[in-house]
Amino acid sequence: MTTFDTYNLTLLRSPLRSERDMESVKSSIKQKARKLQTRKSDRSALEWSKDLELIKTNKSEAAFARLFYHFAPRVKAFLIKSGADVGLAEECAQEVMVTVWNKAHLFDPSRASVSTWIFTIARNKNIDALRKQRRPEPEELTWGPEAEPEASDILVMQQESQQLSQAMKALPCQQRELIEKAYFGDLSHGQIAAETGLPLGTIKSRLRLALSKLRQTMK
Amino acid sequence: MNTMNKITHHLSDQLLIGYSAGTLPEAFNLVVATHLSMCDECRAAAQSYDSVGGALLHAQPTEDLDAAALAKTMALIAKGPKVAPPATAGSDLPDPLSAYIGGGLSDIKWRPIGLGVRQSVLRTSHAATARLLYIPAGAAVPDHGHRGTELTLVLKGAFSDETARFAAGDVEVAGEDLHHKPVAEIGHDCICLAATDAPLRFSAWVPRVAQSILRL
Repeated sequence: MTTFDTYNLTLLRSPLRSERDMESVKSSIKQKARKLQTRKSDRSALEWSKDLELIKTNKSEAAFARLFYHFAPRVKAFLIKSGADVGLAEECAQEVMVTVWNKAHLFDPSRASVSTWIFTIARNKNIDALRKQRRPEPEELTWGPEAEPEASDILVMQQESQQLSQAMKALPCQQRELIEKAYFGDLSHGQIAAETGLPLGTIKSRLRLALSKLRQTMK
Repeated sequence: MNTMNKITHHLSDQLLIGYSAGTLPEAFNLVVATHLSMCDECRAAAQSYDSVGGALLHAQPTEDLDAAALAKTMALIAKGPKVAPPATAGSDLPDPLSAYIGGGLSDIKWRPIGLGVRQSVLRTSHAATARLLYIPAGAAVPDHGHRGTELTLVLKGAFSDETARFAAGDVEVAGEDLHHKPVAEIGHDCICLAATDAPLRFSAWVPRVAQSILRL
């Protein structure tokens, strides 16, 4: 079994004998978590989507731990940038990951990457906890009882998402900063540039195609 | 509810980015979510902006977690999911809107605002106001300008103003530069969902008086 299961067990089931035990467990977890953050960050979008699939089908705690140590620290950073204090960001990051577990069955890898899906959960948590507003969401579109996304559509969507990530890294600094500002709430919609220069053509037509396939199965 | 083949007036990229980033006032989010339920073109665009958010999240430098964060999260998971409120079943309106009305078209509580026009204000945060408008066939909403942004989404029927014709699913994005007088088409009453982030600017004296009473 992997290291995840070992320290899951330590944390969840073994009683801690003293303060010092607690401290040493804490620091060893921190070290392991750091290692995981660096080691696992080069997993591909497709691999992350397979981990989420494992949560959906097998309730895999090992897959969840991998996702947790990669995404929770990023969700926390994202929430802090959006205006949450450290304590609230920590609490919300944990709640976001709880939602990831609970709603894993709603994740559709032919329509989003895991980062995109977690981003939408974190954004909604942010609106709910920080801005104290309801978040109206579009009508849910799900595959009919007999239908499932095709493996090739999943593969292409995961690759497109990864390419978008790379293309964004290659954007000029100034442009990237503007996009970040829009997403971290530093710009009102009126201040957002009409022409963002974001390379979205391919992913948009891919998503459009995915929606019409979905509509066909719903009829 | 899918009328996408007929939709010709769409949301702007600014609004779609704002919706994806989560920075719009609640009333605007409601109009956007309702339009996205009717328009796959804009839904695909909104999801592509979500992908941008996903890429930004992925590229974030990490923030240290509480040492017991995973254990705490597993403990929260063990408590089981919160029970979601029951969805409004069988409404003749898109889900996000019927959630705010608490039902369908027949459940809207209309109030007359003059000249046959009726409205129903929906409960949202105060940064912007969302209202349903009922314009009888052939009737007009008084001539007005805008201090901020006004979004008008047609749910039923159609209206025309100085700029174009808007039918079911179409959304008009009006800024400060637009001064217009929407008129419902002959033959069908028109029902719209509108959101404004600043009070409208009426040209005539009577609507101005009505405005102070009706929160237009």
